[in-house]
Amino acid sequence: MAIKVLKPGLATTVQDLGRPGYYHIGIPLSGGMDRHALAAANLLVGNEQGAAVLEAVFMGPELEFTDDALVAITGAELPPKLDGEPRETWTSFKVKRGQKLSFDFLKQGARGYIAIAGGIDVPLVLGSRSTYALGALGGFKGRKLEAGDELPIGKASASVKDGRTVAKELRGLPAGMPTELRVMPGLYWHRITEMAGIGFFGDTWKVAPEADRIGYRFKGGKPLEFVPREPPFGAGSDPSNITDACYPYGSIQVPGGTEPIVLHRDAVSGGGYFMVGTVIAADMDLIGQLQPNTPVKFVKVGMDEALGARKSRAELLSKLRSALP
Amino acid sequence: MQTRFSYGGDEHIFAEVAESMSLEAFFKGLFITNAVRDAKIKGVTEICPANASYQVKFDPDQIKPDDLLAELKKLDSASEKSAPVIKTRIIEIPVLYNDPWTHETLMRFRERHQDPNGTDLEYAARINGLDGVDAFIKAHSSAPWFVSMVGFVAGLPFLYQMVERQRQIQAPKYLRPRTDTPKLTVGHGGCFSCIYSVRGAGGYQMFGITPMPIYDPNQKISYLRDFMCLFRPGDIVKWKPIDRPAYDAAVADVDAGRFAPIIRDVSFSLTEFNNDIDAYNRKLEGVLHGH
Repeated sequence: MAIKVLKPGLATTVQDLGRPGYYHIGIPLSGGMDRHALAAANLLVGNEQGAAVLEAVFMGPELEFTDDALVAITGAELPPKLDGEPRETWTSFKVKRGQKLSFDFLKQGARGYIAIAGGIDVPLVLGSRSTYALGALGGFKGRKLEAGDELPIGKASASVKDGRTVAKELRGLPAGMPTELRVMPGLYWHRITEMAGIGFFGDTWKVAPEADRIGYRFKGGKPLEFVPREPPFGAGSDPSNITDACYPYGSIQVPGGTEPIVLHRDAVSGGGYFMVGTVIAADMDLIGQLQPNTPVKFVKVGMDEALGARKSRAELLSKLRSALP
Repeated sequence: MQTRFSYGGDEHIFAEVAESMSLEAFFKGLFITNAVRDAKIKGVTEICPANASYQVKFDPDQIKPDDLLAELKKLDSASEKSAPVIKTRIIEIPVLYNDPWTHETLMRFRERHQDPNGTDLEYAARINGLDGVDAFIKAHSSAPWFVSMVGFVAGLPFLYQMVERQRQIQAPKYLRPRTDTPKLTVGHGGCFSCIYSVRGAGGYQMFGITPMPIYDPNQKISYLRDFMCLFRPGDIVKWKPIDRPAYDAAVADVDAGRFAPIIRDVSFSLTEFNNDIDAYNRKLEGVLHGH
């Protein structure tokens, strides 16, 4: 069975839980930016939690099914329509052969996850089906979807009922305004002054238009003031330069001290900008659901809080799994 | 050199061997990351050496961050005792310097450059005190370069020139990054050269282009069938200036599946290298050309 792409949406890609093990040669993890929503979509249709799905950003695709299928849309509030009839997000529903799945305008969040029972059956590349578009690697022909593409669908392993749903409190989406992202200061934090550090955590930032799978840029806070130094050999003359180093996922670089960039799943693996710290792993999913202009505050935490948050995030998925009939 | 450790969130440990770039710092990072790989520490998922630093990614559900940090500190102090010798490869990379494609691109982004009235090669020659483009090409291609890091994007090598610091070529990045760089451009920023593995944004000065692919996600190119990225940290690169007919012939060979890069196994000793750099580099070149 296959699905035909009638309209691709803005930047719809095949993603699973990612491709670890190759960051040392510049190939990033990739995979869904909101992993909780990706796993939820799979569980709703009876897939393994890490099966390949479609990640649609800001705008849904239009798809035609060549066979009957069970489908679930999670993540952003990107309302699905089947032959023009509304369907619920976070709830599995049946699609008949020949039917068309389309989407209404985005109401909330940024990325919708479209899971189909059996999973998107593109070839495994370095152990993953995720798309890394910058390297033209994995996914469907190494790129975002285009009209006319035909996506192979695997054989559904378990037969589960339609109408299964995920309660609101188990969806793990950003809540509250501004959205709070917890950050462990570190890396090159010592490069900025104490006042700049206070400003970084005190200011409200806004998601800039340059926000994609590589990284999310933020603006609106005060520029960071640097501690003076002699530029080390190899670093470059700008006070925000370092001798090119690795970038952790979630690390926050601030080129020129002005606009912080949080690296995400398609991260550039390294470069020459200093970093003030790292968004904790538990909050990375939230970034994937932020639209441009969303107000954000960075909240300072330590390792114990980061590990606590990590545990809660994992428990959310266990609860979701056990709540499914 | 006292390594500075920092957590990068709950999944990374970042280690800065030295603030400044040097072969000593690079070697120390390479040694420790090799030792971490050999130690097969449970919960470690990525081990990434960089120029003068390294990074380890881990799963804190499998190993406590403080336990891993203690392990790394132990390996770090043990590395002081090891002899700086590595078994590696030397690879010849043909380069068409001053090529038409990077020239077209650098003219298109001239307003983002320090010197809008010249080319990147003319600018780099001038600020490095070299007498014109030909002298610059000679300086760039006569000594070998170390692959001191692979990354930014898939398979992109950062290259560090194997000469005394006062002879090293340095050049700032563009004032504002370009939105386009031809694939396989040989670029330079700070003290590092690089080869752009894919077409895309970039801020390094552009000197030339190689006909030799270094990244092939489809793994169709003969020498990239085993793995899609050519370079590994620790590889040694020797540029070979070529002219346009040689470039065109090499591209035709690549397309026909005939292109065979010159890659030789070699052992490198930092101590011997430091004793007499020029003599050691001549020896390396001898390995490349079988004499």
